[in-house]
Amino acid sequence: MISLMQSFRIRGGVHPDPKKTATTDLSIASDFPLPKKLYIPLQQHVGKPAEPVVRVGDYVYKGQLLAHSQGMISAPVHAPSSGVVTDIADYPAPHPSALPIRTVFMETDGKDAWQLLQTPTDPFALSAEEISLRVGAAGVVGMGGATFPAAVKLNLGRKNKISTLLINGGECEPYLTCDDRLMQESADGIIDGIRIMLHGMETPQAIVGIEDNKPAAFRAMKKAAADYRQIEVRQVPTHYPMGWDRQLIRYLTGKEVPADGRATDVGVLMHNVATAYAIHHAIRHNRPLVDRVVTIAGGAAVSPGNVWVPIGTLISELLDYCRVDRARMARLVMGGPMMGDALPIAELPVVKATSGILALTQDEITRGSEQACIRCARCISACPAGLLPVDMANRIRSNQLEAAVDIGLKDCISCGSCSYVCPSNIPLVHYFKYAAGELAARQQAQHKTEQTKKLIDERNKRIERIEKQKAEEAARELAAKVAKYTADQAEQVI
Amino acid sequence: MLNIKPTTGPHTTENLSIGGIMRQVIYALIPATLFGLYLFGWPAINLFLITLFSALFFEYFCLKLADKPALPALKDSSALLTAWLLAMSLPPWAPWWVGVIGAGMAIILGKQVYGGLGQNLFNPAMLARVALLISFPLELTTWANVAPWLSETAPDFKTGLHITFMGLDTIDGSTGATVLGYVKTELSQKHPLSVSLADIYNANNAWLGFMRGSLSETSAILLILGGGWLLFKKIITWHIPLSIIVSVALISAVFHTLNPEIYLSPSVHLSSGALMCAAFFIATDYVTSPNTPVGQLIFGSACGLLIFTIRTWGGYPEGAAFAILLMNAFTPLIDHYVKPRIYGRDRQRRPLEL
Repeated sequence: MISLMQSFRIRGGVHPDPKKTATTDLSIASDFPLPKKLYIPLQQHVGKPAEPVVRVGDYVYKGQLLAHSQGMISAPVHAPSSGVVTDIADYPAPHPSALPIRTVFMETDGKDAWQLLQTPTDPFALSAEEISLRVGAAGVVGMGGATFPAAVKLNLGRKNKISTLLINGGECEPYLTCDDRLMQESADGIIDGIRIMLHGMETPQAIVGIEDNKPAAFRAMKKAAADYRQIEVRQVPTHYPMGWDRQLIRYLTGKEVPADGRATDVGVLMHNVATAYAIHHAIRHNRPLVDRVVTIAGGAAVSPGNVWVPIGTLISELLDYCRVDRARMARLVMGGPMMGDALPIAELPVVKATSGILALTQDEITRGSEQACIRCARCISACPAGLLPVDMANRIRSNQLEAAVDIGLKDCISCGSCSYVCPSNIPLVHYFKYAAGELAARQQAQHKTEQTKKLIDERNKRIERIEKQKAEEAARELAAKVAKYTADQAEQVI
Repeated sequence: MLNIKPTTGPHTTENLSIGGIMRQVIYALIPATLFGLYLFGWPAINLFLITLFSALFFEYFCLKLADKPALPALKDSSALLTAWLLAMSLPPWAPWWVGVIGAGMAIILGKQVYGGLGQNLFNPAMLARVALLISFPLELTTWANVAPWLSETAPDFKTGLHITFMGLDTIDGSTGATVLGYVKTELSQKHPLSVSLADIYNANNAWLGFMRGSLSETSAILLILGGGWLLFKKIITWHIPLSIIVSVALISAVFHTLNPEIYLSPSVHLSSGALMCAAFFIATDYVTSPNTPVGQLIFGSACGLLIFTIRTWGGYPEGAAFAILLMNAFTPLIDHYVKPRIYGRDRQRRPLEL
């Protein structure tokens, strides 16, 4: 009965072919050969880029700070292995544009030597603030792909006195199994990380949500959490996008986050399982975030699997490791197939957000040609946010972007459910992303025009004022002359 | 190798196409269609094929005229489906030109003038059906007797050609009234239903479809079967069919209880194949029905109400086509007012209050 009530809480969504069987039963490989060169971008998180503290030629140990965080929302970056900093320059980012961003180039020495670690401390002897500080200093960010600095979120949770910490073990994207494997292999570490987070936020309880297509992960987590009454491990239906935080929040707690609010407004906060594990390492072992589990899958990968990969490794080396057939690879995707980014080249670094690398074949990505919309409304029933994708796309197509905003464009989460189900192959998400970008550009242009206008207005006022002053002065001078002349005349008369 | 053209997700898609959807609907129609062709023989087969081929020709002609590629549009089977639905709703022994003119009206006036697939306001098949009924009332209300294949009354191939191309005039006593038409006439002469129904209505035959009626709309059972297939294949949802059936059943039950001599029982209403065809195949047309479940429930219930109203008090014995066209006109209005609630917002699209 309870589960029936809960199923009403799921709106929209789709059931894509999970395609996880190729990797779900394989242990995470830890024998990935250490790359000779690493490329560590200084911005791998939401917020300001980190500022380098090392110089070209410096020798750095594994885990040593390369760049410190800047400002309120930022995260530091650490050396993923030991070696020499060879350059700090621009390098293409793992993004569809592959535009260059500031990157630390490293040549590894093969020793993989950790910097001298402080002796581990009991996390529960530390103050809550100290936990946040250490998590921040370890460069931990949201590992599910959002890459929001974890420490900032911990502070938010503490300040807002949230009642429940939610842990996202949904992993609803097809192909990806990195969280699944991590839960199967390191459930104790994840549960420890959750306990540390609860301590750091002074929050009484946590709920872990795991999709019911991962029974092994669920069992492992349930077992690991058995001794901790404050942590509840629950199964959730396999339903894309279950991993959307607001969908999972509603499913697990019945609460709905207001459109203009944050999860903390309804007393909850969500972290990913991999983030919990990273926090466990950061606090227990004083190990900053320097590597992560990456799923390498897709039809072109001959030996797909999950791999522990140092941050900064070139994706091309991963492809070689998993014997990806480059000739058959029609598209390279970072992340899952629903929301991931298509990458133009493989010579891009793995970053903290890289949950998966998919080498997809032509068969896997083929879409028929775009056809007329038949108003079948599949997109409307698939939208988890309750939007009208077909109407929004029509408005965008006729360049009525504001009208598209009126019916909810800004509430779109780009989950791709609408494009996925469209029988006419209309690239709906493409329209929405275009419109969002175009609106931002227009807003910027508008802002610029307003600024220019303001400056011109001020200049005109200034000129006016100066001219007025000049005129006043001239008038004063004239008046003085007149006065003098009158006085002279008067003198003469006398 | 890698394609540099920028793309956004999703990088995977459900294996479904417009043609696939249309063909599933056609598969669902096959049992009822074959049964109709069996009941009414060669003239029905002639009319059916003529309507289908005319529609494909008109579709091709319009696309050529508009300078659009014709082959992809023909391949999506949408014109075929429109013609199929139209042919099913025609009197089985209607002359050839009824099929040609009907197909022309459906494809040209019902669909292409609006801009083609997905753009039309009204269901093309029903638009053509109603236009034909108003323009050629005699041909559209001449109902052939049931004359199954191999039975004595079944016309042979040659007679079939004669009926289709020369008309029915030489063949006497081969036509009559439908159940709904007969009782309507009788009621107008103050004959109570208990008398008139006994003359013409047999519940078993009505549900199975052994009775006079449109080409392939006589068998409620087979149409329900096809509708079930569409539900099973998730081509349609239950909202429209169920709301039509339930509203007709409820309203007719109320009136029938009040006066069973004037108002037909729910069972007579529902066993009319035209109602089932409308509920599962016509009202569920994506293009001309509302987008949201709630909108579809409103649409379906109103269709049911109108079908009952037209059948009971209107000038025509059958009201399904009129009812659906009327509600098609309301679809944009329903879609304007009935929208899903956006996550985190109330119905007025303001952010939720805490």
